[in-house]
Amino acid sequence: MDLLDILIYISLAILLLAMLMMLYRVVKGPTTADRVIALDSIGIALISVVALLSILLDTTLYFEVILLLSILAFIGTVAFSKFLERGEIIQHDRDNDL
Amino acid sequence: MSLLHLAILLPLLAAPFIPLLFRGMKQIHTGWFVLIVPVVLVTYFAGFIPITSAGDVVTETIAWMPSLGINFTAYVDGLSLLFALLITGIGALVVLYSIYYLNKDKESLGHFYVYLLMFMSAMLGVVLSDNMIVMYMFWELTSISSFLLIGYWYEKERSRYGAQKSMLLTVFGGLSMLGGIVLLESMVGSYSIRDMVANSGVIAESPFFLVAMILILLGAFTKSAQFPFHIWLPDAMEAPTPVSAYLHSATMVKAGLYLVARMSPVFQESSVWLWTIAGVGMFTMFWGSFNAVKQTDLKGILAFSTVSQLGLIMSLLGLGAAALHYDGMDDNIFMVATIAAIFHLINHATFKGSLFMMVGIVDHETGTRDIRKLGGLMTVMPISFTVAVIGSLSMAGLPPFNGFLSKEMFLKATTKVFSADFFALDTIGILLPVIAFVGSVFTFIYSIMLFTRTFMGKAKFDQLPKQPHEAPIGMLISPVILAILVVGLGFFPNVLSNSLIKPAVESIYPTLVAQGQDVKVDIYFWHGLTPELYMTIGVILLGSLLFWQMGKWMGIYNRIPHRLTLNGMYDGTLVWSNKAAYRFKDNYMTGFIRSYLIYIFVFLSGMMLFSIFWFDMYRFSFENLAEIAPYEYVLGAVVMLAALAILFMKSRLPSIILLGVVGYGVALFFVFFGAPDLALTQLVIETVSVALFLLVFYHMPDISKKEVRMRFKVGNAIVAVLVGTTVTLLSFMALTNKSLTSISEYYKENVYELAAGKNMVNVVLVDFRGFDTLFEIVVLGIAAFGIYTMIKFRTTRRTKGEGEHEAKQQTRQ
Repeated sequence: MDLLDILIYISLAILLLAMLMMLYRVVKGPTTADRVIALDSIGIALISVVALLSILLDTTLYFEVILLLSILAFIGTVAFSKFLERGEIIQHDRDNDL
Repeated sequence: MSLLHLAILLPLLAAPFIPLLFRGMKQIHTGWFVLIVPVVLVTYFAGFIPITSAGDVVTETIAWMPSLGINFTAYVDGLSLLFALLITGIGALVVLYSIYYLNKDKESLGHFYVYLLMFMSAMLGVVLSDNMIVMYMFWELTSISSFLLIGYWYEKERSRYGAQKSMLLTVFGGLSMLGGIVLLESMVGSYSIRDMVANSGVIAESPFFLVAMILILLGAFTKSAQFPFHIWLPDAMEAPTPVSAYLHSATMVKAGLYLVARMSPVFQESSVWLWTIAGVGMFTMFWGSFNAVKQTDLKGILAFSTVSQLGLIMSLLGLGAAALHYDGMDDNIFMVATIAAIFHLINHATFKGSLFMMVGIVDHETGTRDIRKLGGLMTVMPISFTVAVIGSLSMAGLPPFNGFLSKEMFLKATTKVFSADFFALDTIGILLPVIAFVGSVFTFIYSIMLFTRTFMGKAKFDQLPKQPHEAPIGMLISPVILAILVVGLGFFPNVLSNSLIKPAVESIYPTLVAQGQDVKVDIYFWHGLTPELYMTIGVILLGSLLFWQMGKWMGIYNRIPHRLTLNGMYDGTLVWSNKAAYRFKDNYMTGFIRSYLIYIFVFLSGMMLFSIFWFDMYRFSFENLAEIAPYEYVLGAVVMLAALAILFMKSRLPSIILLGVVGYGVALFFVFFGAPDLALTQLVIETVSVALFLLVFYHMPDISKKEVRMRFKVGNAIVAVLVGTTVTLLSFMALTNKSLTSISEYYKENVYELAAGKNMVNVVLVDFRGFDTLFEIVVLGIAAFGIYTMIKFRTTRRTKGEGEHEAKQQTRQ
């Protein structure tokens, strides 16, 4: 096991630990906004985990996962935000719903 | 198809034309057309008498379902012919009587005669079929047509009640009989009655002998109204009187007797047969006559008297079985029992038919059948009175009528049981003549009652709904013919003995005939000062005394509360079973999905755990397991914690978010385990479904948005833990017991050579196993269409204005 692997393992551990802590925030709250942000951060942490794993497993197959995750994390957070703001995600009638 | 088959089916074939004739020929009573059928049949069947009295039989077969051994085999021997003649002969008289009884303008005769012809065919089929399945088919057809005929005046509540009761009881018996038939078939390998008779030894040795016998007897007892199944017969008296006369005295109720007589050669070697039939028959005889006395309705008296007389014949058929065990070759006294049974069967058909028709006339001409209102009709209805006296005295067993002869033979058979030294007949058998005597006394009483209360005594014409007068001549023809037969058979009983009775008895005792024993049928009035003569004198004396003092002892009938009578029990059973079924259904069908889910889960894990431990399959080995990387532990912990936390969330929104965490965690597992395609899909799907959950969450009605933590229920927790344990155990075992190598090596080798792809998952999805993918696409399509239709096409759509109004109100709140 060379130094890079050890470093990656350490980073993975740290990241997962961070995810656990963010999970604590998701569970605990206190407001929904806290939870949404924690979820967004978990998404970003996931991206890092996948990237580190790709180095570890020496493969390029997971790069798509990284891209997808970043898009989804963004869309998901936006959707949640809109839900919190307006109570709905997709507006039916733009003119009447002010 | 032979002429014989045509004869059996002739009434059925004629039935479709009856409604046409009824509609097309309004001016002629439809019954005249129907009359042709039984008249033709009776002359046709009379042609068989020389054949059967010579000891020959006629067999005709049509293949129906040869592969199952079910063929329509018509078989004419003495017994069948006797019944066929009864059915068609009395049928002709009843049709003639019904022509005058039923009004062609007020009644729907089309229905009536179709049912009647259906019944006639069914009855002929029962007695002339050799194949038991075919016999069973006709048997049920008699039940159905009887049901239709009892409920003929279907607007009357009592008719419907009687029809339902008879249907339930006779079909119960019929189905039991089917069970017996199937058992017999499994022993013998054939449905043919003759094969069963030939193999009665095989049947006697079978472990199912008793079961088959009891099942067959259940069929016979319910049909022939034996105790305790006799209760349908009095309620069947709501039928039109020609129907009561035909079905419920002369033919259908004798189908059970026919069955017992027919199956006698199969079962009668056993003592259970003798005791069951003789015992049940004897008790039915007593019980029927005892209850007949308390009836106030003329047809009620006749119904119970029919029950009683059927019991008498049944007990004689039972006692006849003793003949097989009797050694004295020359004077087989128990054969008298069977001869008496057959003779009384004929006698009963004649006098009971005439009595029913007489009652019908009284009903028709006075408007009531209640003996408390009737009386003194002798002078206005002299012919009916004569018929009634002849029929009643014959039923009571007085000379010089035919009932006397068969009653004497009956008493003779019962008194002879002491001389038998087998089956405990010499010890417990003493009950038989005692019950027979008591039953005869009551028979005497109600027979006397029948004509004295109706025709004698004080005239109470002012209480009657109609001014009574003698019936039209056409209505009197049939009962007079029957009454003449009663007298004629009484004076010259031996006209029948060689032509009908002897061949019938011979078909009940095929083994004895084969041994060379001669069936001697010699019926005569005077056979010396025998015990049975003293018994008859005793019956007359005691009966007269009791009849004279009737008012003093009638009180005993009111002692039994309704709840404890058989009818009360029957009604109670119906009510109780209805209630019990409802209660059972209400208890387990709560309407809550959670109850059903609990049933499903408990059953699932219960079955699984039971079979795992019953078949001793709990084996795990941890040999071939891969090592767990440290980050997998952490991810596992994350997913588990998130999943657990869902259970303890106070509101729904965090639960949804946590569900998203679980989904993403699973996606990460896919990454760890080297499944990039799965990870991609999982991520997208998870996001979409979380969004959908949010959508649903938003549309929750206010009332359930209350943020309450899920209540803890111990039962649910136990079920959840149980299911989790079961599934975990199962997956451990599946991993451990994997015995075959995986097929994936083939895919690895051929993914590029055969399918020109490098992404193996995708090649499997669209190439190697593209069929599944097609249908998963279909599933998605259906789901999409389903969602679209559910949203767009609401049948309970509110009006537009209202809906918007409410929706806005909801938003504001």
